[in-house]
Formats: sequence, structure tokens, C-alpha cells
Amino acid sequence: MSAPILECRGVTMRFGGLVAIDGADLAVETGEITGLIGPNGAGKTTLFTVISGFQRPSAGRVLFEGTDVTALPAHRRAAAGIARTFQIVQPFAGLDVRENITVGAYLRHAARTEALAHAEAVAERVGLGPMLDRPAAALTIAGRKRLELARALATEPRLLLLDEVLAGLNPSEIRDMIPVIRRIRDEGVTILIVEHVMQAVMQLCDRVHVLAQGRMIAAGRPAEIAADPGVIEAYLGHGAAARMRAHGVAPSEAAVPAAAGGADA
Amino acid sequence: MTRLAIRRLACGPWLSLAAAALLLAVLPALFASSAALNFLGFVMVIALAALGWNLLAGYGGQFSFGHAAFFGMGAYAMALLQVRLGLNPWLALPVAVALGGLTGLATGFLSFRAGLRGSYFALVTLAFAEVFRILANAMAFTGGAAGVLVPLRIGAAQFQFADKATFYWVALGFVIAAMALTRLVERSRFGAQLVAVRENEEAARALGVDTVRVKLKAITLSGAVTAAAGCLYAQKSLYLDANIAFGPWISVEALLAPIIGGLGTVFGPLAGTFLLLGLGEGTKTLLATLTGSAVPGADLVLFGALLILAVAFAPRGIMGVVAGAAARIGGAR
Ligand SMILES: Nc1ncnc2c1ncn2[C@@H]1O[C@H](COP(=O)(O)OP(=O)(O)OP(=O)(O)O)[C@@H](O)[C@H]1O
Ligand SMILES: [Mg+2]
Repeated sequence: MSAPILECRGVTMRFGGLVAIDGADLAVETGEITGLIGPNGAGKTTLFTVISGFQRPSAGRVLFEGTDVTALPAHRRAAAGIARTFQIVQPFAGLDVRENITVGAYLRHAARTEALAHAEAVAERVGLGPMLDRPAAALTIAGRKRLELARALATEPRLLLLDEVLAGLNPSEIRDMIPVIRRIRDEGVTILIVEHVMQAVMQLCDRVHVLAQGRMIAAGRPAEIAADPGVIEAYLGHGAAARMRAHGVAPSEAAVPAAAGGADA
Repeated sequence: MTRLAIRRLACGPWLSLAAAALLLAVLPALFASSAALNFLGFVMVIALAALGWNLLAGYGGQFSFGHAAFFGMGAYAMALLQVRLGLNPWLALPVAVALGGLTGLATGFLSFRAGLRGSYFALVTLAFAEVFRILANAMAFTGGAAGVLVPLRIGAAQFQFADKATFYWVALGFVIAAMALTRLVERSRFGAQLVAVRENEEAARALGVDTVRVKLKAITLSGAVTAAAGCLYAQKSLYLDANIAFGPWISVEALLAPIIGGLGTVFGPLAGTFLLLGLGEGTKTLLATLTGSAVPGADLVLFGALLILAVAFAPRGIMGVVAGAAARIGGAR
């Protein structure tokens, strides 16, 4: 196996007295889709802001393709090949879809015509082709999530951080989105995805990491994670795994998906 | 699409500018009175200052209340380089414009690197302009409270024009150049990044935009363009003092004109200046004839009312109203 494209080593993030992330280690293998799951407030988004350079960690290091990028500001990390989406979508509300995506495309295409052409191609890839001339403010939630994805993709990243791009979508919109994400991976972009929609995590991820109250508590294949008693306890509370075993419920079938679906609402 | 069609589309944004230039160039033939030509020349000076402000605030979302700092820097540099150093005004001009750009860069360096945004940035620019005003009023080098007189030496080589129409045409050249610069910015990577900064700084950073650098570039350009307006003012009136060159009046007009005309558009600042100064002159004359004497401050009251009306009913300014009407006509057809 080649070296991981991204490594977090002992990342800690404190906000005053609150420890949002507590010595988290994480490795993302090149070419894979890695999931990052955990209950609300676990510190997933905070870890993303640290990886993408929006916040400097209180302790620990972030390595991208083997080099330490901990001190690199956000825009330089984007230039290095790390792109992120925002959990709370951040469109350029006064611009149309094409202009939104073109800002991302300009990162690697200085000429206007090239940037515009690249933006259009990216819009097609995520299914925003017919909406290029719409004002970003007029998009539905599903449209805005796609716009987040398109803008990030337009920067031609090698690592894409997706923060709950499926949240707020209905089941059919989720079904449409899953192949889009998989295709991005197939085209050679490594993906780290935070997601509460367990069905998607199970379908998409090659590997899953679990964060709970700022600590990495488990890592493994999706099926292993779903059956992990520690993970079930993190979602459902102390003693939950034992109770479920007593009631004859197979945790891998029910516990995590149910808990996570509920947590997202 | 064929190559030709692409070319033609790309020419559209420039065609409107060329048409406007032609139309404005023939205005002196229609309004030949000395008062009218004087007014037109003044409109060009203010429009140029407003175009500078628009680059930073209209496109970049950084609202300055202190563009007098750049205007005054241009005006004083233009005058003092001639009076104190005996420089030819055509040589003084690029130096003064560069000094305006540097003043912008310094202002930006101190405020953007400290992360100042919104009203904090506006207040800092206001403070800068006031500091310059007080200094210019106090220092012997700038002529103190008495101000500076540029000696009368009429001739194109001295950038002084006996004919008011000629001054207007020269000033119009500057305005068209600044509008072309605005159009270039609009269609460049820098322009797209600047607009992204205006819309959402966080999102811009995530897309690789060095927001501080983009804002510094914008305020430098903005300062240079507004300083050029100061240069024109110095050559037009041949007299400056601190309250004229660094006074709040120019900061206010440079920001009101684009807001009323259309923020972040190429034509907004010019359209807004025409409306603002036109109505200002109109009310002044009207009130003077009605009351038999000048009513000081009447134009300021009017400016305030215009601002409120624009914000309430035409948030995208004159250009927004024009675009809306054009869309309706196009849709009806
Ligand atoms: N800038 C900040 N200042 C103070 N506290 C913060 C800040 N950002 C995050 N936190 C806190 O850190 C903790 C982790 O938040 P974070 O948003 O990373 O969780 P999350 O795992 O993304 O949750 P969710 O699934 O709800 O999105 C929370 O308690 C949150 O309130
Ligand atoms: Mg989150």
C-alpha cells in the first residue's frame, strides 16, 4: 500500500475550556473514500477546519502527501490540492451558478475562457449543467449541496473533504448523489466524507473512522464499525451494546444506522 | 459556437463602453454654455473618484468612508510637485497617481492584515482621511491653512486648458480609461476573486483565494484611480486647501454616486454622478431663485434623501433599474 495522502497526528483543538478534538489520529489512504462518523458535536467539522487550514490546532500535526502543512493557511492548502465543502452551505449568493464554480476553476486556469469552460465541465459532472445561469440564491437545498461540491471540485483537488453533503436531501436525492460521489473517486480524487446518512457511508466508504467526544474510538471496514460495541455505545449510550445483545438484535443491522438517522434529524 | 460568434459576444461588453464614450464626447456640442461645460468637467472629476471607490467597495465589498485620503493625496501631490519641485504636471501626474496607490496599499496593509472588516474598516479609512486633512492643514510644506495655488500657465504642455470643453474631453478620457480598467478587472481572475471576497470570504479562501492579497490589490488600484481624480481637480481649480482635498465631501460623493448608480457595475459610478450632481445643482438653483439667496447644505439634504430612496427602492441603483426595464422589454417581445 502506498503512503496515506493525509495524516493527522495527535490533533487537539481547544476552545477555551472545551476540548473539541482530543489527540485524534487519522490516516486517509490515496484513492479511497474514507468515512468520518460520530455523534453530533463529536468534533468532525472541527477536524475538517483543521485539515483545510481554517483553524490552527492547539496541538498535533497535519501531513498532506507526506509534508507537514499544519502552518499553511487555507488558501495555500487549496492550492496544494485540498478542497473542502461547508456543512452549512456558503454559496456566493449574489452570483449565478456558473460564476460560483468559476471562482474555483480560476485556481488552476488563469485565462477567463479556460476557467469558464472548466467550470461548465465540472457542472456537468455533478448534474448542475442545466442550472448554470440560475442565481445561486434560487437553488434548492439539493442544488446548493451540489454547488458546494462543484466549486470544490473545480479547484481540481487531490483530496476532497465533504462535510455532510447529503444532509437535508430526500431519499431519492441521496440515491442520485451517491453515484456522483463514487465517480469523483473513480476519476482519481481521494475523498474524506463526514456523513450521518449511514446507508451512504456503508455504500461508499472503503474505511470508516469514528470520532466521539473528540476522540477517535474506532477505525475499520464499514461492516466492522457497524458491529463494534464501542461505537454502538458512543451513539446510544453506556450499556446499549449489552442490552441489544440481550434482546437478540444484531447490532450491525440496526444500531448504528438507526441511531445515526435519528441524530441527523 | 463558431470562433466568430465567441469573438462577437466577447466584444459586447466593450461595445457599450465605446458607444458611451462617443455619446459623452459630443455633449459639449449640445451644452455649450460656460456653466454647463464647467458642470460637465466637474462631473467627470467626481465620476473618476467614484470609479476608484467602486473598484474596492462595489466589487470587493470593502466600504471606505475615507476616499478623501486618496483624492487629497493625488491633488496635493500634483500641486506640490509642480510648486515645490518645479515638475511638469505631466510628470507629476504619474507620481501623484502612484502615491495614491501607495496610500491605498498602506491603508489596506494596516487594516486588512489586522482583519478589519465592515464598519471597522470604514471607520479606519475615515480616520486616515481626517489625519491627512489635519496634517495638510498644519504643515508648512503643504501651505498650511492658506492652501496651495498652482500658478496659472495655460497650455496643453502645462495640463491647463483655457477652453472648458477641452478640459472636459481630457477628463472624459480618464473616466473612459477607468471604466475600461473596471471592465478588464470584471473579466479577469482577479475580478472574480474580488467579487468572491465580497460575497463570502470563508468560501473564497476554501477555493484558494488569498483574500488579503486580493483586497490589497483592490485598494491599491482604487487609491490610484481616485488620486487621478484629485490630480484633475488640482488642474481644474488651480487651488487646494485641506478641507477641499481631504474633506469628507469627496468621500461622501465618491461613495454615494456608485450606490445610487449601481454598485459593482462599470456604468454605475458615472450614471450616479450625473444624477447626484445634476439634482444637486438643480435644487441649489431652484432654492436660490425661490428664496432669493443661496441655501447652504440643501444639496446635502438632497443627497441623504437620494441615498434613502436608492436603498429602499433601487438597491441595485440606476443600472439595476435599467437592467430590469431591459429585461421586461425583452420579455414582452
Ligand atoms: N469556533 C468554535 N468555538 C467554540 N466552540 C466550538 C467552535 N467550533 C466548534 N465548537 C464546539 O466543538 C464541538 C465540536 O463541534 P463540531 O461542529 O466539530 O461537531 P460535529 O461533529 O461536526 O457535529 P455535527 O454532527 O452536529 O455537525 C461542539 O461542542 C462545538 O460547540
Ligand atoms: Mg459538523
